[in-house]
Amino acid sequence: MNPLIDNLGLVLEALGTTLMMAVIAGVGSILLGVLVTVARVSPIRALRVAAFGYVQFFVNVPLLALLLLAVFALPDAGLMLPLTPTAIIVLIVYEAAYVSEAVRSGVNTVAVGQLEASRALGLTLAQSLRLVVLPQALRAVVQPIGNVMIALAMNTALAAAVGVVELTAAVNKINLVAAQPILIFSSAGIIYMGIALAIGLAAGRVERKVAIVR
Amino acid sequence: MTAQLIPDRPTAVRRQDRAPRYAAAFLYDEPGPRAKRRHLIGSIVSCAVFAVVVGLGLWQFASHGQLDAEKWVPFTDPAVWQYLLVGLMGTLEATVVVAVLGSALGVVLAFGRMSHRPWIRGLSGAYIEIARTVPVLLVIYLMLFGLPQIGINVPTLWKLAIPLTIANSAVFAEIIRAGVLSLPRGQREAALSLGLRSAQATRLVVLPQAVRNVTPSLVTQLVSLMKDTSLGFIVAFTELLYRGQVLATYLHLLIPTYLVVTLIYLVVNGSLSALAAHLQHRLHRTGSPLPRLPRLPALSGAARKAS
Repeated sequence: MNPLIDNLGLVLEALGTTLMMAVIAGVGSILLGVLVTVARVSPIRALRVAAFGYVQFFVNVPLLALLLLAVFALPDAGLMLPLTPTAIIVLIVYEAAYVSEAVRSGVNTVAVGQLEASRALGLTLAQSLRLVVLPQALRAVVQPIGNVMIALAMNTALAAAVGVVELTAAVNKINLVAAQPILIFSSAGIIYMGIALAIGLAAGRVERKVAIVR
Repeated sequence: MTAQLIPDRPTAVRRQDRAPRYAAAFLYDEPGPRAKRRHLIGSIVSCAVFAVVVGLGLWQFASHGQLDAEKWVPFTDPAVWQYLLVGLMGTLEATVVVAVLGSALGVVLAFGRMSHRPWIRGLSGAYIEIARTVPVLLVIYLMLFGLPQIGINVPTLWKLAIPLTIANSAVFAEIIRAGVLSLPRGQREAALSLGLRSAQATRLVVLPQAVRNVTPSLVTQLVSLMKDTSLGFIVAFTELLYRGQVLATYLHLLIPTYLVVTLIYLVVNGSLSALAAHLQHRLHRTGSPLPRLPRLPALSGAARKAS
C-alpha cells in the first residue's frame, strides 16, 4: 500500500500549502514583474538603473541563499514574519525578476509603429504604456510567463529546506517513518508533474484566447 | 571622380545605424524642455524614495547592532575568505561536472527528440518532460534515501551532481534543439548531397552552427546551474552556501556571513551573465553566421510548404 494514501490528510494539507504558495507567489510575481518592467523601460534613468539592478541581483543569486537569509538571518535584524509568508515573499521578489525579463522581451515585440501611432493620437507615455504597449507585450509572452510559473511551482519545494511543511517536506517526513523512498518520492514527483502540466495547459489555453494573430 | 573611391567615413555610418542604447528607447521621443523637467523631477523623487528605503534598512540593521564593526571584523581575516573560497571551488567543481555531463546528455536527448524513429523520439520526449517538471530537491531526496536502500552509496558530489544532471540535461536538450530547428534545412541537405553521412552532417555542419546560435542561452543556463549547486547545502556537499552556513553558525554571525555569500554569488554569476549578454549582443550585431541567399521565387513556395 502506498504510504502517501495512508497519510492522505497530511499529503492533501501539504499539497494545499504548495498550491497556496504557488498561486499567491505567482500572482504577486506577475504584478511586481510588470512594475519592474515598466520601471525598466521608463524615461527616468534612476528607475531604469534600479530595475536593471533588481533583475541582475535576483537572476544571479540562488533562491536557497535568499531563503536562508530571509528565514534565519533577518530575524537578527528584527525583521521577522511567520515562516510561510516569508517564503512566499522571497518567492515573489525572486520570480518577479524572471517575469520582468519575459515581459521585457514582449515589450520588444511591440511594433514601433504602434508607439508612433499612440503618440500621434496624443497619448502620454503612461497612457501608451498602459493601453498600447503592455496589453500587446503581455499577450505575446503568455507561454514564457507560463514557464516561469512552472519554475515557480517547482521552486516552492525549496521552502522545505527552511522548514515550511509543503509537499516535499511532508513526503520527506512520511518517508522517515515508512522508509519506502522510491515509491514515495516518485508519487510526489507525479503530483508535481501534474501541477506543471496544469499550468502548461492553462498557459496554452490563455494564449489561444488572447494571442494576437498577425 | 576619385572621391567615389574613398569610402564613406565608416564611423559616421556606424553611429547612425547603431542599435538604441536601451531596448525600449523607441518608447519615447527625444524629450523637450517640459519633458526634461518632468524627468528630472521623477529622477529626484525616485532617488529620494530609494534613499529613504535604503536608509530605513540600514537604520533597522544598525539599531540591532548588525552594522557594528565587530560583526564585520572576521571578514578581514584571510582564513575566513580561504574557508569560503574552498566552498566556491566546490561550487565550481559541481558546476563543471554537471555542465559537461548535462550538455553531453543534452545533445543526445536533443537529437533523440528529433529522431525519425518514433520510440526514440517518444523516450527522449518523455524524459525531457519529466525531468523538467520534477523539483530537483525531490530527486535529491530520492537519491539520499532511495539509493542506500538498494545498496548503492555514492560520494557526496554525485548525490548533488546526478539530480542536477538529470534536470539540466533536459533544459540543455531543449536549448540545443531550438538551435538546430533555427537552422535552415538546406544546411543538412547540402551536407548530405556533398556525400557526408548523416552522423557526419550532424557533427560537422548542424551542431557547430546550432550551438553557436544558442551560446547565450547556454551561458544563461550555466548561471542557473551554478545557482542550483547551492542545493549541495541539503546533501552536505562542500560548496559555497554550505560553507557559508557552517561559518555563520561557527561565528554566530548570520547576517554578515549570508550577505558575504550572496555577494560572492552575485559577483561570480554576474560576470557569467555579463558574458552571456555580451555574446548575445555580438550575435545580434554580426547577425546569423549564415549568408543570406536570395530566395528563388519558384522555390520559396515549395520550401515553405516543406518546412
